[in-house]
Amino acid sequence: MAEDIKKIMFTVRKPPHGTIYVYEGLEVKLIMAAYDADISVVFMDDGVFAVKKGQDTKDLGIKGFAATYGALVDYEITQVYVDRQSMEDRGMTEDDLLVIGEDEDTEEPIKPQVLESAEIAAMMAEQHNILAF
Amino acid sequence: MLHTVNKSPFQNTTLESCIRFARSGDVILLIEDGVLAAQAGNVKKNLLEEALQKCEVFALGADLKARALTDLVPGVKITDYSGFVDLVEQHTTHSWL
Repeated sequence: MAEDIKKIMFTVRKPPHGTIYVYEGLEVKLIMAAYDADISVVFMDDGVFAVKKGQDTKDLGIKGFAATYGALVDYEITQVYVDRQSMEDRGMTEDDLLVIGEDEDTEEPIKPQVLESAEIAAMMAEQHNILAF
Repeated sequence: MLHTVNKSPFQNTTLESCIRFARSGDVILLIEDGVLAAQAGNVKKNLLEEALQKCEVFALGADLKARALTDLVPGVKITDYSGFVDLVEQHTTHSWL
């Protein structure tokens, strides 16, 4: 029943690669996506670097997660948001964001949606649970 | 919403981010190194003063006591572990880690 579906938000505030938080957070998202939950993901503060396109971790000797982020829509995680101020404070624009999948019908690439802090705050207030990474 | 902050405002912008996303009527609870923000007269005191305009702000007594913080930014309330549990029970929580 729709009213029983939990609204779960993931906030990603740590930068990628320096620590394992972003990797672990992604794992948890994919696991949660297997359940009947209303999942949203918000990248804020240094977390916006996790959705910067062109990340190449080959020389670090680690697999990286850009490919997995590119498939979020395939995992039915479509509510993916970026805090505009965090992005702009770090010299990034919408053009810098990676693609998280493509539209089933039009095959148009789908990118995270950039929102104002107040819009994100309103969404946070509607959640049953918020998991921070 | 309950927002917990456990980072020092002198090393980290976590408290600033928390306040930017906190809405009117939300509760902010300072724990661990987060309580350092509550020291009266500190250079970042405007952060909590801004937060107090729209939110209730608590600091965890055990963390204050451990750090000898007794003179607090006016308006900041002190709570204990059982008050912490009550706040978590009453709200959806976001941990600004």
